[in-house]
Amino acid sequence: MNINLTIIGQSIAFAVFVWFCVKHVWPLFANVLEERKRTIADGLEAAAEGERKLESASRDSAERLEQAKASAADIIDQANRRAAQIIDDAKQQARVEADRIMAANQAEIEQEANRAREELRGQVSVIAIAGAEKVLGRAIDQSANEAMLNELAAEL
Amino acid sequence: MAKAEAESQTVQDYIVHHLANLTWGRHPDGHWGLAHTPEEAAEMGFLAIHVDTMGWSLAIGAAFLLWFRWVGLRATAHKPGAIQNFVEMIFEFVDNRVSEGFMFKNRLIAPLSLTLFIWILLMNTMDLVPVDWITGIAALIGEHVFGFHHMPFKIVPTTDPNITMGMALNVFLLVIWYSIKNKGLGGFLGELAFHPFGKWMMPFNLMIEIPTLLAKPVSLGLRLFGNLYAGELLFLLIAALLGLYQLPAHFVWAVFHLLVVPLQAFVFMMLTIVYLNAAHEPAH
Repeated sequence: MNINLTIIGQSIAFAVFVWFCVKHVWPLFANVLEERKRTIADGLEAAAEGERKLESASRDSAERLEQAKASAADIIDQANRRAAQIIDDAKQQARVEADRIMAANQAEIEQEANRAREELRGQVSVIAIAGAEKVLGRAIDQSANEAMLNELAAEL
Repeated sequence: MAKAEAESQTVQDYIVHHLANLTWGRHPDGHWGLAHTPEEAAEMGFLAIHVDTMGWSLAIGAAFLLWFRWVGLRATAHKPGAIQNFVEMIFEFVDNRVSEGFMFKNRLIAPLSLTLFIWILLMNTMDLVPVDWITGIAALIGEHVFGFHHMPFKIVPTTDPNITMGMALNVFLLVIWYSIKNKGLGGFLGELAFHPFGKWMMPFNLMIEIPTLLAKPVSLGLRLFGNLYAGELLFLLIAALLGLYQLPAHFVWAVFHLLVVPLQAFVFMMLTIVYLNAAHEPAH
């Protein structure tokens, strides 16, 4: 139990061991723990960030959905109006066309009737003379009665 | 083995044998060599070294630091294994004690505390190795190889006051170094001379403060030494006196010692932290 050089030896050994621990042991674990702490902090931060993003994204998507609904309603409305207009236009056109066709037919009919009347008028004198000839039994001088016959024809 | 030895020698011989160190040093005639008897070891005086406790101390310290470094080099932040978790647990335990007890910035304190705690813990743990296993084998080797009658071989470094006081000495030097560094030489000497009673009571103050200062390393080193020495001595007494009935007694004392072993390592570390913290406090 003598005090001797061992105390110096232990003192030196202690100093060397502490130096070794400071330089080559402690920092290894300090770094690992620091890195883990940072990783966890980053992870929590990222999770919070993700939550914030999710919230804003869902807000965004709701907004867009609302917009889309509005514009879809708008488009349908427009389409309805347009369809109604097209139908109206078509009706209008059909009516005009029908009127036009009807007017054309009317005119043709009138024309036809006039033509028939003119033809009949031309043949009246001939028929009248032939009738008169039958009645009188002789030829009638056409030129002598020309004026009277024309008058008759005009009356028809 | 203990029984056989105890029969062939007196109880006193047995205990003296187990409490002596294997000493290598300078004999009075000037040549260096191993001391073959306790008397020879005593004659060597200061120029001698305890080969057994010094060797175990170095081996344990180096083994623990290299193992920690080995674990540290393979440590990952994301996938810690079982061994890494174990070392990190110790690391954080020490780190927390330091951040609770040490209020200043000093990157030396925490590694210093870790080294002290684990090193002392492991050196103390050697106390739980049955007293005759390694010592007995070493005695056989000593007898047949070196021609000793009873070669001593202590395996618990902290039962050697040289070992415990060697560490306490370093802590003491650090306390003085940091006191002067942080308070200035005047501040450090002022604390010794002008407290607690003011400058007119200087001699009285010195009478109080100098023993207080010197008590720090002494209490550190001798507390550890005393506890472990007493523990080892009781194991030896049980082994020497109780014969066949020693096993239950050994068991009871070993269980009790399981408390003493980490407690003393912890106390040494905590006191070191407290002393160094005081050395960083600004002068009054």
